[in-house]
Amino acid sequence: MRTLIRSGGPVLSRRSLAAGAAAGTLLAASGLSADRARAADPLKVGFVYVGPVGDYGWSYQHDQGRLALEADLGDAISTTYVESVPEGADAERVVAQLASGGHGLIFATSFGFMNATLKVAKSFPDVVFEHCTGYKRADNVATYAARFYEGRYVIGVIAGLMTKTNVIGYVGAVPIPEVVRGINAFTQGLRSVNPEATVKVIWVNSWYDPGKEREAAETLVAQGADVLSQHTDSPAPVQVAAEKGLYAFGQATDMSAFGPEAHLTAIVDDWRGYYIERTRAVLDGTWTSGDTWGGLASGMVAISDYNTALPDTVVAAAEAARTGIETGTLHPLAGPLTDQAGTERVAEGEAPDDGALLSMDWFVEGVQGQAPR
Amino acid sequence: MRIRGMRFRVGGPRLEARAERSRAMVYLTPLVAAGLTVMAGAVLFAALGHDPLRALYVFFVAPLTTTFGLSELFVKATPLVLCATGLAVGFRGNVWNIGAEGQLILGAIFAGGLALWAGEAFTDGGGPWLLPGMMVMGILGGMAWAAIPALLRTRFNANEILVSLMLTYVAGFLLGYLVHGPWRDPMGFNFPESALFGDAALLPALVSGTRLHIGALFALAAVAGAWVLLMRSFIGFQIKVVGLAPRAGGYAGFSGARVVWLGLLCGGGLSGLAGMVEVAGPIGQLHTQISPGYGFTAIIVAFLGRLHPLGILLAGLFMALTYLGGDTLQIELGLPRAVTGLFQGMVLFFLLASDVLIHHRVRWSRPPVTASVAPRGETA
Repeated sequence: MRTLIRSGGPVLSRRSLAAGAAAGTLLAASGLSADRARAADPLKVGFVYVGPVGDYGWSYQHDQGRLALEADLGDAISTTYVESVPEGADAERVVAQLASGGHGLIFATSFGFMNATLKVAKSFPDVVFEHCTGYKRADNVATYAARFYEGRYVIGVIAGLMTKTNVIGYVGAVPIPEVVRGINAFTQGLRSVNPEATVKVIWVNSWYDPGKEREAAETLVAQGADVLSQHTDSPAPVQVAAEKGLYAFGQATDMSAFGPEAHLTAIVDDWRGYYIERTRAVLDGTWTSGDTWGGLASGMVAISDYNTALPDTVVAAAEAARTGIETGTLHPLAGPLTDQAGTERVAEGEAPDDGALLSMDWFVEGVQGQAPR
Repeated sequence: MRIRGMRFRVGGPRLEARAERSRAMVYLTPLVAAGLTVMAGAVLFAALGHDPLRALYVFFVAPLTTTFGLSELFVKATPLVLCATGLAVGFRGNVWNIGAEGQLILGAIFAGGLALWAGEAFTDGGGPWLLPGMMVMGILGGMAWAAIPALLRTRFNANEILVSLMLTYVAGFLLGYLVHGPWRDPMGFNFPESALFGDAALLPALVSGTRLHIGALFALAAVAGAWVLLMRSFIGFQIKVVGLAPRAGGYAGFSGARVVWLGLLCGGGLSGLAGMVEVAGPIGQLHTQISPGYGFTAIIVAFLGRLHPLGILLAGLFMALTYLGGDTLQIELGLPRAVTGLFQGMVLFFLLASDVLIHHRVRWSRPPVTASVAPRGETA
C-alpha cells in the first residue's frame, strides 16, 4: 500500500486497515459466512452504484455491463446491485453487507468507495473486489478505469470543426484529475484543428444533478458557446443544446434520444467486456489483483454513431484521430503542452506518463475557468 | 377564527373539534402513521409483484436479526439522533434552525482539522487528549456556524430559516475548498480528500468487530441531557412558553433573544458533534461526501419524535432502519432504491395527516339537524 506511509516525513500512524479485520469473524459467527457453498451455487456478483441505474450515464453503463454479464454467463452466476449509495459512511455498510451475504465478486463502481472497499476486503479475504477509478489495491482488490480522455480528444476535434462562435461550453462534474484530464484532452483535440477556439468550464460539483447541469449548460450558451460537452451523467446539457438548436456530445452512453439533431456523438463507457472477462477469471480460479486502464484500443471507451448531419470531412478527421489513438501514433496529451499561464509543462516529443495523468490538476492553454487548486 | 369544527353535511364519519388537544393522540399518531405506512407499503410491494409479508420482513425485520445489522442501525441512527435532539430544543422555542447540515459540516471541519494537525505535529499522531479535543472542536464548530443566524436574528431580526439554510451551502463549499486545497492528501493523486486520520483520532469501537463506536453513547447522553433540559428545568419551561406564546413569555420576563441563542447553539453544538462523530467514526478522514443529508433528515426525525428526546431516539432508530431496510430490499429482492424514499415520504405524510386527530375527534353519527346547534368549544 503505497499510500500508507508518507515518504520523506514522519511516518504517520494512519488508520490501520485492519480496523475492521475482526468484522469478518463476527459476521461468520452470525451465520453469514462469505464462502457459503460457493462451489455448488452460482457465483453471486454484487455491484455498488453511486447513482441511480436510470441516470442514463455512469451508473447506467455499469448496469449495462451487469446485464451483459448475466446474458453471457447465464446460470453460472447471479447478480445483485445496490444503487445510489452515498460515498460517505454508508458505502462500507453496503459493501460489507454484499460480502457477508455470500457474494464472491463485488464491483464497487465509484472512486469514493475506495477506502470502504479496502476495509471490507481486509475482513473478507475470500471475496474478490474490483474498484473502479481508485488507486489503492490489495491481494483481493483490483482496480480498473477507462481512458476516457482518449475519446474526449476525438470529440474535441469534432467540436473544433463544428463551432462557429469558437466558444465551447464544458459542464464539469467534480474537479478531480480524471475530469481535468478530460478537459485538457478535449481542448488539445479542439485546438489541433481550430487554434482560435476556447473552452469555458462550469463546475457543478456533482456527478448527477440534472437541475444544476441544465443551469450550467444554459449559462454556457448565454456566454456564447455553440457546442456543449459534459462530464456529468444526465442528458440535461444535451437537451439544452437541442432546445437552442446547438450541438452537444453524450456522456458515458449514447444520449441521442434526448436530442437527435443536437447529439453529434458520445463517448461510451463499455464495461461489458471487462466484467465478463474478470468474472470468468473468478469462475476459473485465475483471477489476480492488478490495475486495468483501458482505452479506445481495448474497447472500454467507444465513440458512438456519428450524427448523420456531420459533414464527411469532420467524420474523417474524427476517425483519423480515433485510429491514431488506437494504433498509438497519436497521444491525446502529447507535448508541447502549455498551461494557462503559458508555461511549458510537457516538452515537444514527450507525453505525460500515467502518474502525471492520474494526478493532473492544471489546465492547458485554451481553457477558461479555474483549475482546482 | 370563529368556527373551528369541520362538519360534513352527510351522514357517516365527521370530524369534530376537541376542546383541547388530545395528549393520548400526540403519542398515538406516530404509531398510527407507522401502521398506515406499513399497510400502504404492503400494497406497494404487492403492486410491484412481491409477496408483501416477505418484503415487509426484509425491509423492517431482517436488518435487525444480525449483530452486523444492529450495530449498523446504531451507527446510522447516531448522527440523526444527535442533530434532531439539538434541533428540537430550538423548534420548541419557535426557533427554526434548518441548517443542521451546515453545522454538522463545520463540526467535521473543526474536529477533522485538529486530527489532521495532530497527525502532522506528533510522531505518535496525538495522545489520549486528542479525541476529547476533537469533540470540543466539533461542538464549537457547529456552535460558531449556528451563532451567525442567532446573531442576525437577535440583532437585525433576520429570518433564521433562510440564514441557517443558506449557510449550509457555504459550509459545503468551505469543506470542498479545504479538501481540494490546503488539506488535500499529498499522496492522494489530487483527489479531493484528506489523509486518513491516525488511530488516536478514531473513536474506539463499542462492540469489537463492528463499526459501532462510542459516538452512539454521545447520542444517548444528548438525549438524556435534552430530556432534563426540556422536561425538568426552568429553562425548558421558558423555551416552551416563548415558543407557544411569545408575548406571554415577554410579560413573564422571559427573554426571547435568550431562547433564540439557546435553541441555535444547542442545535449547532449537537450537529457539530454529529459531524465529529462521523469523521472520527465510520469515515476516518475528510472528504466532500461526509453527510448524505443527515442535517435535513434530522428535521423529519425531530418532528416524527414529537420534539421529545425519547421520541427522537425512537424516530432516529426508525429512520435509520428505513435506510438499512432499503439496502436489504435492493440486495434481497432487487427493488429500486426509490422505495426507501417512498417509505420515508409516507411516514411523514401519514404523520401530518393523522395529526388532525390531535385537535379533532371522529364521530360516527348523523349530522346535526340544524347548523345553529354549536358543539362545545366551537367558539373562540
